Amino acid sequence: MSPVVRLVMKRLGVSLIVLVGVSMLIFTIARVIPGDPARIALGPNATAEQVAALRERLHLDEALPVQYGHFIADLAQGDLGVSLYTNRPVTRDIAQFLPATLELIFFAGTMMILIGLPLGVLSARYRDTWVDGTIRVVSLLGVSAPSFVWAVILMLLFAFFLPIFPIAGRLADSFTVPAVTGFLLVDTLLAGNVRAFGNAAWHIVLPAFALALSGIGQAARLTRANMIDTYNKPFIEMARSYGFPERRIANRYAFRPSMIPSLTIIGLDFAAMLGNAFLVEAVFAWPGLSRYGVAVILRKDLNAIVGTVLVISAMFLIVNIIVDLLIAFINPRIRLSQRTS
Amino acid sequence: MTSPTLLIRDLHLAFGGYSGRVEVLHGISIHIRQGERVALVGESGSGKSVTARIVLGLLQMTRTARIGGLIAFEGQDIAKLTPRQHHRLRGTKMSMIFQDPTSSLNPVYRISEQFREVLRRGVPDIERTEADARAADLLADCSIGDPERVLTSYPFQLSGGLNQRVMIAMALANEPSLLIADEPGTALDVTVQAQTLKLMRELVARHDTAVLFISHNLGVVREFADRVYVIYKGRIVEHGRTADLFDDPRHPYTRALMDAIPRITGGGIPEIADASDTYLAPIIVHEGCAEPEVAP
Amino acid sequence: MKRTVAILTSNPLSALGVVLVAAVVLSAIFADFIVPFPEHRGSVVDFTNFNRAPSWQNLFGTDLVGRDLFSRVIFAYRISLVLGVVVLVIAVPIGVTVGLVAGYLGGWTETVLMRITDVFLSIPPLVLAMSMMGLLEPTLTNGMLAVTAMWWPWYTRLVYNITRSEKEEGYVLAAELIGASKPHLIFREILPNCVPAILTKMTLDLGFVILIASSLSFLGLGVQPPTPDLGSMVADGAKYLPDSWWLTVFPGLAILVAVFGFNLLGDALREILGVDQ
Repeated sequence: MSPVVRLVMKRLGVSLIVLVGVSMLIFTIARVIPGDPARIALGPNATAEQVAALRERLHLDEALPVQYGHFIADLAQGDLGVSLYTNRPVTRDIAQFLPATLELIFFAGTMMILIGLPLGVLSARYRDTWVDGTIRVVSLLGVSAPSFVWAVILMLLFAFFLPIFPIAGRLADSFTVPAVTGFLLVDTLLAGNVRAFGNAAWHIVLPAFALALSGIGQAARLTRANMIDTYNKPFIEMARSYGFPERRIANRYAFRPSMIPSLTIIGLDFAAMLGNAFLVEAVFAWPGLSRYGVAVILRKDLNAIVGTVLVISAMFLIVNIIVDLLIAFINPRIRLSQRTS
Repeated sequence: MTSPTLLIRDLHLAFGGYSGRVEVLHGISIHIRQGERVALVGESGSGKSVTARIVLGLLQMTRTARIGGLIAFEGQDIAKLTPRQHHRLRGTKMSMIFQDPTSSLNPVYRISEQFREVLRRGVPDIERTEADARAADLLADCSIGDPERVLTSYPFQLSGGLNQRVMIAMALANEPSLLIADEPGTALDVTVQAQTLKLMRELVARHDTAVLFISHNLGVVREFADRVYVIYKGRIVEHGRTADLFDDPRHPYTRALMDAIPRITGGGIPEIADASDTYLAPIIVHEGCAEPEVAP
Repeated sequence: MKRTVAILTSNPLSALGVVLVAAVVLSAIFADFIVPFPEHRGSVVDFTNFNRAPSWQNLFGTDLVGRDLFSRVIFAYRISLVLGVVVLVIAVPIGVTVGLVAGYLGGWTETVLMRITDVFLSIPPLVLAMSMMGLLEPTLTNGMLAVTAMWWPWYTRLVYNITRSEKEEGYVLAAELIGASKPHLIFREILPNCVPAILTKMTLDLGFVILIASSLSFLGLGVQPPTPDLGSMVADGAKYLPDSWWLTVFPGLAILVAVFGFNLLGDALREILGVDQ
């Protein structure tokens, strides 16, 4: 078995344990809080019998570990229970809303990498010049406001005052695209509707950028710091003394080693996006998990809350495994010897 | 008589910052002729390493560095070169070997990739296969038994001694006329260091390369150099042929260094009483070692 | 001390950080004396003055029931800062202790504690706080609880990493050799070496707690009206974009200014204390 495969297996194993932990944590929080979920779900007009029946169906009267046992048994069959809010299986609800959120995050993540990393590299290469100063201030500003503030400001500037981008939504009403994957950018292409694709892409720019801004700032700051660390290493002096071009030193010789410590944190920024997406979606009326999530939270819809958190955590763990793979890819020490640092 | 490969005359260096000015070099003069092996010996902080970095043009990138004096490389004043022209010399006409070979090689690239980059300094459009073949030859010249394996390895997979040989091969790859060796192999085992120094000596002799050998270790210098400059606190205090200088050290600082030799086990220099006036006595030049005239 | 002053004055950004943080903190403390309409922090209604654009009288304009937005923003700072301080005062000792113990003792203790920490860290921060907030009643106290629950693991991780490297250092081994007790080693030998990193992170985090708390209330899961809160002000105002832009822009910028200030100050502190990023 190659070291990389072994690494993935190991990470998968650990992730599974963590996921079980997450489910226990969120399950416990959901069950120990005051208030009767059955009563809330049925509303104040329900009879005591109806409430009792629902409690019975949800196993609410049994001991916590037993309840958890039921939950895990169902989960093993891909069943997260029924949402008390929509009366549909939680898995179906999530499957409906998740793609829009993922699309947004994917776009924002791409922006974070494509804008944040080059900014960090430039900042380090032109350290202590005006280039560096500007990039540092801009990236710190990016980190310093929650994404809903950026969303509001961007919307005001580029949708209202300068009406370049659409104000809200994922796609203009004039287009109808059959849902296949739920990812509009994929579905429009599958339908061969290039104009709809363009329209969908146009809709995603502002929300994705608002979501990406703090990640861009974080990535730029981190890349700068780690690049400067690397610049002090002997192998960079060696590269300079051999007259390797400065640009090549920045983009290859210093960048690649400095990414090894950066990547883990960038993975965490990705995770933060999973949460921040809620804020941006609310501003841009993006039909993703946000509205559903907030609605089920306000209604104490246990199954839906547990399901949503679990799915989001699973996403996060997947991102982490991908990050670990990337690190193994650029760090030959891990790739070749499987010695995790 | 042709001009020396490297001629340094009255070189000054100071670092100026918010907190004032720190003088590092107080006007040192050094010359190295073609094929000559010249050592610059002194304790750490004496200004040896900065001298090397000024010759390569690396320190000029530091904005706080104030540099004065003449440095001529093959008769050409490098201060008159554009940064681009100076850059063109690095890695081609002059190259450098560092203290710790393993950390001087990039940890995330294979030796072959790094070697290719070095060879590209000499022949910018060199083909990949050609570069690898040439690199293998050069490694073989450095008594590396299986160059192919070394080329496909990462630095962390090789021993310090092997990495040092790789560094030597890289340094000589483009047939430079000047090689600067900054405490080469100090980070290595004493025996490994001795082997690689012997190898380096053979190779530079074969290629007729001039060497500026920077060290704090007089024992090593005695084995390697033709001529020695002793540097102390930014001043050259004594200069002579290796044999003369070792037979008859005249400057008190040189004598103190010599006395310290038997005690050097880990490579360090014992505390020497702080600068008394005698240590700051003017330079002592041994017979036949005058600095050459500089054409105005 | 001299160095501290030198760094703070030679770098204009660090100086700006000090100024911003001082402005935010002082205005929050002395809010009653500096705002024009201190009574507007509560549920006051003044329909003769509702929804006014910024003017000299109302610097940030007025909201939909005629309250002075500037006064409300300053009072919101006060609540945000109190929340931030309380969260850190609870979260930091917990996180630091867990990190020290796990890092120093190792073995099973380490595995269990760090796995628990991992569990908390693998729920995106905002999502964890949101679900807790949703399940609890949305009050200020519960808001602090929810944010605290998501905050301590970050200190555990930070201190754990430092502890693991410090415990191999000579001074710790020397103390072990002369038979120092474990609590002494952990809290007297290792902890002092974590302090610079902890202090720096706390400064930065004061800003980020404000940021997260405002995010919660933006979603309606935080401090409830009529208590002034920057996040809910933005949320309420967003419905009236673009015409009543001041309702969202000023509270939004107020968050930005405060967090930016703490970030600048944290960066300066990092330099002064020599902490790695």
